Amino acid sequence: MTSSSPVTITPAGILLGARLSLTIIPGSVALGSVFGMVAAQKGLTLLETVMMQSFVFAGASQFVAMEVYRDPLNWGLVLAMTGVVAAVNMRMLLVGASLRPWLGGQPAWQVYPTLFFLTDINWLLAMRHHQDGHRDWGVLFGSGLMIWVVWSLAVLPGYFFGALIEDPQAWGLDVVLPAFFAALLVPLWKGKRQTLGWIIAGAVATLTWELLGGYWGVLTGAVAGAVAGAYFHD
Amino acid sequence: MTDAAFSADLLFVLAVAMMTGVTYFMRAGGYWLMGRLPLTDRVRRGLEALPGAIIISTILPIVLKGDLALGLSLLSAIAVMALLRKDFIAVAAAVVTAALLRSAGI
Repeated sequence: MTSSSPVTITPAGILLGARLSLTIIPGSVALGSVFGMVAAQKGLTLLETVMMQSFVFAGASQFVAMEVYRDPLNWGLVLAMTGVVAAVNMRMLLVGASLRPWLGGQPAWQVYPTLFFLTDINWLLAMRHHQDGHRDWGVLFGSGLMIWVVWSLAVLPGYFFGALIEDPQAWGLDVVLPAFFAALLVPLWKGKRQTLGWIIAGAVATLTWELLGGYWGVLTGAVAGAVAGAYFHD
Repeated sequence: MTDAAFSADLLFVLAVAMMTGVTYFMRAGGYWLMGRLPLTDRVRRGLEALPGAIIISTILPIVLKGDLALGLSLLSAIAVMALLRKDFIAVAAAVVTAALLRSAGI
């Protein structure tokens, strides 16, 4: 695979990103509407719900924060909500770091606003694109923006009418994101060095999950895999 | 629609601001930090190994705590991806697999 094409951002790349993100729209709409329902049940106002959905814009962490939320809110709860959100989203430090080799030469005023729209999904889409030798990071921005718009709107039907789909699991919608992750492993697999790194990442993640539970395994496993990748040669 | 729908508790707004700030810090912080460290070959290799390691570390615990249908649906996604190289079809195959297996009570 050659990586000769220049790093750039173009309208065509942004449109491509928006189009590619259609794959996961059903999953986003379902999950977003569930958040609307949860927020309504917890007694948030419409404005509070929409603010949380659009500004925090990080699926799993929003749900965990709502587990902590109590009415009336106090300072301790605010700190606890911030803390759990930080813990769940800590993996984004690594996701962002992985973008450095690709975007490092690009203007900061373009990259840093784009990073607001960084999610697992548009990162996966962009890395998939990058893996095929493309360097137009409009894919990252376009898909991130599209997902943000859909996510922000999806909360409304859930807030007013309850979740769009009563039991997302029966329809298999809970597997959308994990399946997306799993599928991307195929183009990423290059050979022996990776296999070893992945085994180490998987073992550390599983062990961490067994010991600590929650979201720490993503962090420890990913760091272990990256260190393995840095030190093992083919 | 009442005025109440468009009101917000001040402390809650503050909570949203803090959650937004800490999340953006995670989104931008790793990228920022890697710009301050020298991008040696070793660091570059580590960063290149990161996507696969993140993916493995994310889905393995999900599979371990999920049901059999979830695990099998992910295998179907990988198989379809290996054959067709189309992520859309791979994800669709996984959703259909999970829905069918669960309706069959697996």
